[in-house]
Amino acid sequence: MAEIRNYTMNFGPQHPAAHGVLRLVLEMDGETVVRADPHVGLLHRATEKLAESKPFNQSIGYLDRLDYMSMMCNEHAYVRAIEQLLGIEPPPRAQYIRTMFDEITRFSNHLLWVASCGIDLGAMTVFLYAFREREMVMDMYEAVSGARMHAGYYRPGGVYRDLPESMPQYTETRWTKGKDLKRRNEWRQGSLLDFIEAFAEDVPSKIDEYETLLTDNRIWKQRTVGIGVVSPDKAIQMGYSGVMLRGSGVEWDLRKKQPYAMYDQVDFDVPVGVSGDCYDRYLVRIEELRQSAKIILQCVEWLKKNPGHVMLKNFKVIPPTREEMKDDMEALIHHFKLFTEGYCVPEGETYAAVEAPKGEFGCYLVSDGANKPFRVHFRAPGFAHLSGMNELTRGHMLADTVAIISTLDLVFGEVDR
Amino acid sequence: MSDTAKAISDLFSSRFGDRVSVGQTQSGIVTLVVEVDAWLEVCRALKDEEDFSYEQLTDLCGVDYLSYGQSEWETEDASQEGFGRGVEGLGPGRFDWANRPEATDVPNRFGVVAHLLSFKNNQRLRIRCYAPDEGMPIVASLVEIWSSANWYEREAFDLFGIVFEGHPDLRRIMTDYGFTGHPFRKDFPLIGNVAVRYDSQKKRVVYEPVEIEPRVGVPRVLRDDSRYKADEVDQAADVEAEKIAAGEQGNGNG
Repeated sequence: MAEIRNYTMNFGPQHPAAHGVLRLVLEMDGETVVRADPHVGLLHRATEKLAESKPFNQSIGYLDRLDYMSMMCNEHAYVRAIEQLLGIEPPPRAQYIRTMFDEITRFSNHLLWVASCGIDLGAMTVFLYAFREREMVMDMYEAVSGARMHAGYYRPGGVYRDLPESMPQYTETRWTKGKDLKRRNEWRQGSLLDFIEAFAEDVPSKIDEYETLLTDNRIWKQRTVGIGVVSPDKAIQMGYSGVMLRGSGVEWDLRKKQPYAMYDQVDFDVPVGVSGDCYDRYLVRIEELRQSAKIILQCVEWLKKNPGHVMLKNFKVIPPTREEMKDDMEALIHHFKLFTEGYCVPEGETYAAVEAPKGEFGCYLVSDGANKPFRVHFRAPGFAHLSGMNELTRGHMLADTVAIISTLDLVFGEVDR
Repeated sequence: MSDTAKAISDLFSSRFGDRVSVGQTQSGIVTLVVEVDAWLEVCRALKDEEDFSYEQLTDLCGVDYLSYGQSEWETEDASQEGFGRGVEGLGPGRFDWANRPEATDVPNRFGVVAHLLSFKNNQRLRIRCYAPDEGMPIVASLVEIWSSANWYEREAFDLFGIVFEGHPDLRRIMTDYGFTGHPFRKDFPLIGNVAVRYDSQKKRVVYEPVEIEPRVGVPRVLRDDSRYKADEVDQAADVEAEKIAAGEQGNGNG
């Protein structure tokens, strides 16, 4: 009989199911994984060090590029950390806008997750379905911030500007005209809030469509049920958070347990899994989509009733408007100082965490009283999730590794920072 | 929240005595500064004992306190050089490797900061210890207590050169294969030391010394005047907010 030996193989860094630039060194025994050693850092951009060399506000744009699937949630953690040290609190309308856009972000993240996870496991159609909805989420981002992904919309003290009164519409082209054009613009006749409302009211029916494709699908269940099981104790021990924790049956959601923004004012449920396998994590994410739609609708209702300002009026931290700057000498000086030097944050250290779509995204900020952070560290959920890769995949088949990587919901922007 | 924080602080002091000192509390998170010799022992107690039960290590990172509280631009005296252009300083963007600032006797230069979370009590805690020797900072590893510390400690080792004693697999994690130095130290230049490019003659990737000049757009300044006292900022904000509520709405900043 021929001698059989274990062999080592590279999974990635250019593998389509590696979700970016994961190099996974797998020690295989036939088709079975004996040991998995993830090599990360291929996307390391030293965001934390760059932030040390810039005034506080100039780093907000970097935050979008960490977890580039849940942009505004990252900004939220950073902005909250600065606000905590400054001791300022944004006005309620800004808080509601943040809550709403955090949920819109969760939506966009989970849509992309269900799409790419479907593709990884061989379900093509759900990808097309999910991207249909995600396009509209991108349009919301664009309408409010001008950018489809890297919004840079949150600021210490509020959000950059109020929600727009009109929604951009499709124009006639050779391919989109007549009835088609009318259908596409149907929701876009009013303000952004009208558009979001129409979207959030309609979207549960779309989520039903994804579920029709996947939830009872025999192949889908064969690929996910009983794969990558994490026990509750293990999930806590390995530093898991978010869906990875809830999928294992730990009822823990920062939006409920340590509420921030306006999460204590809105009504929603936290779905919890039972067996902690890939299938439960799928179910939890699908239910979170539905809950997000619910939160978005509540925020829309409040925002429609309560106009107001979306940024603190505090020229020591927040720049004056263009009109004020042109009109008033003092405002001009503030404007000049804020854009050449920035604001100084009182000495101290803080940790601000938000329930990002992937888990707990935290920002540890140390200030020595200067106009730049002394040290800033971002706690990325994906980093902790990936560190447990060896324990999760050991004993599974190679094809299951793909399912596990996929349900960890990794984005290398945040793992590598 | 401050009452709870006070109660927690008292609990720590009575349990651990002078092995810990309770630092600042910010946003409900108590900071506990632990003697480096007691790091492992205190952490084990924090996890296992009923009063604390911090089940999860959420985050761990290194901090380099070199140049803490130093500004690059002194504003007490008027200067002829204008706004910060000719300023010398220790800021990370201002030097290359040859001209790096020397660490001259900085006590407690390297710190390890961890954030713990108790699911049971819904409570967070920040613990910190300082590595004693800055030439070779060594701190005990927490992997055997919380396995999530594994990669965080690898990261802190890679970026700051802090050695975690007892770590099962202390390899570099973020930087390139074969990288030298610890890039997040304050004396490591922002521009780095080597640049990478593909050499079409040699038909391989080559490493060369960096050629770009270090530069900083905005100098680092410390302001400690009344403007930055939090309660006054709040008051000013309230006054302005009332004005705005009475009059027009402002948006479109900048």
